[in-house]
Amino acid sequence: MSLLDGLAVGQVVAERSFPLTRDSLVRYAGASGDFNPIHYRDDVAAAVGLPGVLAHGMLTMGFAVQPVVDWLDARGWVSDYQVRFTRPVVVDPQLGAVVTVVATVAAVDETGARIDLTATVGEQTVLGKAQVRVTPLAG
Amino acid sequence: MPVNPELTDRAFAPTAPYLVGREKVREFSRAVFATAPMHHDPEAARAAGFSDVVAPPTFPIVIAEATLQQLLAEPDAGIDFSRVVHGDQRFSYTRPIVAGDELTATLRVTSIKSLGGNSMVTSESAMTDASGEHVVTSVSTLVIRGDDS
Repeated sequence: MSLLDGLAVGQVVAERSFPLTRDSLVRYAGASGDFNPIHYRDDVAAAVGLPGVLAHGMLTMGFAVQPVVDWLDARGWVSDYQVRFTRPVVVDPQLGAVVTVVATVAAVDETGARIDLTATVGEQTVLGKAQVRVTPLAG
Repeated sequence: MPVNPELTDRAFAPTAPYLVGREKVREFSRAVFATAPMHHDPEAARAAGFSDVVAPPTFPIVIAEATLQQLLAEPDAGIDFSRVVHGDQRFSYTRPIVAGDELTATLRVTSIKSLGGNSMVTSESAMTDASGEHVVTSVSTLVIRGDDS
């Protein structure tokens, strides 16, 4: 069945929670090359007035799209993806943080679909205008 | 020092080609919780029609980093990195990135705005493959907090 068949605006296609720890941030720093110390040093984060060590915005953007990628299951690919970073994700050294992502169909046309993401920590959203364009793969 | 408004007219040299490695794709995939087989297993990627493992959607940020360094290295840019916050980010693809791609990024500053004492610098890095074909453009807005904020 084609990716777009039966897809309806408002339909939730994926939902997943991502537990982050400080280990997640160190791993992302190494993989991405972003070694800004506000992402792993409490003293530096405090010195620049932050409420704590923050997850890289690009880490949050990176995993927030994964529920969509898994839902696509090689039937399509992400051809456009954008977010606004509206609120930092503070990662407690012991408790970490949990980011919950919900992916909802926002629009469907002949060549693809737009999936909108919400990403929340507790009651607060951390990404704005998080939009994913998915395009079917031929064959 | 305010952000130099003349940055939008400046031409930046293309970056040295970045060779996308299979293990780098796997490492980045693990870091962003990308568990789909096509990110890790070349056979799964081939079954989906790709020549090798497929990079996750935000992978181009690794390559865009080189262009960000070009921007910050401009002596008259007026961008204090300790005051920079990532405001928004977009990736617009012509095709997915796969291991083996050799990508060259060219930076362009597209807009500089002032808003409530902050500066907002939007730049794009257009990435092309070894044959010169467009693969993806990364668009970033950096917010540079003013002295008083």
